Amino acid sequence: MSPMSERTKIDARGAYCPGPLMELIAGLKLINVGDEIEVLSSDKGSANDIPEWVKKVHHEMVGITQQDGYWSIVVRKAK
Amino acid sequence: MAKRILIVGGGLAGTIVANGLCRQLREDLSAGSVVINMIGATDKHLYQPGLLYLPFGRARESELFRDQRKVLDRRVPYFIDPAKHIDVDKQVVTTQSGKAHSYDYLVIATGSRIRPDNIPGMTEGAHWFYDLDGARKMRDALAAFQGGRIVVNVNAPHKCPVAPLEIVFMLREHLAAKGLLDKSEITYTYPIGRLHALEPVANWTVPEFQKYGIKSETFFNTKSVDAKAKTITSEEGSTLEYDLLVTIPPHTGQQVILDSNLGAGGWVPTVRNTLLREGSQNVFVVGDTTNIPISKAGSTAHFEADTIIDNISSLIKEDRWAREYDGKVFCFVETGLNSGTYVWFNYTTPPNPGPPSQMIHWFKLAYNRLYWLSARGLL
Repeated sequence: MSPMSERTKIDARGAYCPGPLMELIAGLKLINVGDEIEVLSSDKGSANDIPEWVKKVHHEMVGITQQDGYWSIVVRKAK
Repeated sequence: MAKRILIVGGGLAGTIVANGLCRQLREDLSAGSVVINMIGATDKHLYQPGLLYLPFGRARESELFRDQRKVLDRRVPYFIDPAKHIDVDKQVVTTQSGKAHSYDYLVIATGSRIRPDNIPGMTEGAHWFYDLDGARKMRDALAAFQGGRIVVNVNAPHKCPVAPLEIVFMLREHLAAKGLLDKSEITYTYPIGRLHALEPVANWTVPEFQKYGIKSETFFNTKSVDAKAKTITSEEGSTLEYDLLVTIPPHTGQQVILDSNLGAGGWVPTVRNTLLREGSQNVFVVGDTTNIPISKAGSTAHFEADTIIDNISSLIKEDRWAREYDGKVFCFVETGLNSGTYVWFNYTTPPNPGPPSQMIHWFKLAYNRLYWLSARGLL
């Protein structure tokens, strides 16, 4: 994380609807360019569909790490 | 001194909480040891899911409204004087008229609002059914529609997650009934990479769309609408032409939440099991207002409200917690004008929708009437 950016955490573990990606999309509307969101997801599909969407809309993937039973996915708002 | 419970918001969630507390605390209310007040914005209570039927002439406006005073228990004074500022440190809510309401327990039930104005061109170029004025305009637009390209466009975040699918199936049957199906095409757009947030619902939708020739485009997050050219463009770079655009607009929370610095986007950070505002021990949040990552839906509000009723009652009467909210959500899904299904889930149980049937559709129609018992806390 860059010194000036802020990181918001969305704990979407166990969230079936609207789900981690939809929460990320909504969350990105609320932060400034350069800031980051960390999504916690227990849905293994998030490790694929979040990076796929981030690439489509030209935001930045900061990282994905598998934790104990969930994934931590960090995205930086790029535009 | 009496314990003062203040409920901010007179929608479904706030009303169920108020009426439920009256039942559980009736002796305390009679003795004067508990006082419950409610602050709201309007003297009318709207059955919001009924707006889905309005564009098709399947509900009359008068059926969707009751006097809030008649829905709310008579022991709860109701102030039509919207909250302007909520101070959780000083435990006081100030209203637009300048009146200050102090409290011992606060329930924030201010809900959500549609914001088509947050997307360039959407207000001018799109129709929606998520408020009364929008549903009326959509009814007029459908009456004048003589065939063409309909785009049903879904934006995040939004409440009632199944309504976008319901409107698609109902539109299709409406077009068929008017003899316009051969001259029309429906395209459904969705923000993520499948047709619905719930994977089982998305999987169920694919063959249904194929059966009816409904087109779809996923990973479609609206960037702008050009009302003159009649096009809608996504952040992902796709542009669709339309003759009639039906949108599920993005939602935010209410301005008072923003003005009170209680949460980004108007959503109050809330502990998912206790429904307490993060950092508070006497401020509960219910319904659309929370930032909990679950469906913003009437049933969510109802099940959350039941938990809050039990916990506030228990705290006042026995100085202990009663129980936790398990994340339960239940939604009917209209799959046409004469069939329906349902889905339920919680934090630990995934959803599994069953096959549609006419009987479930009838249950939904029955619930449209039973809602008023639900709001009164009797169901």
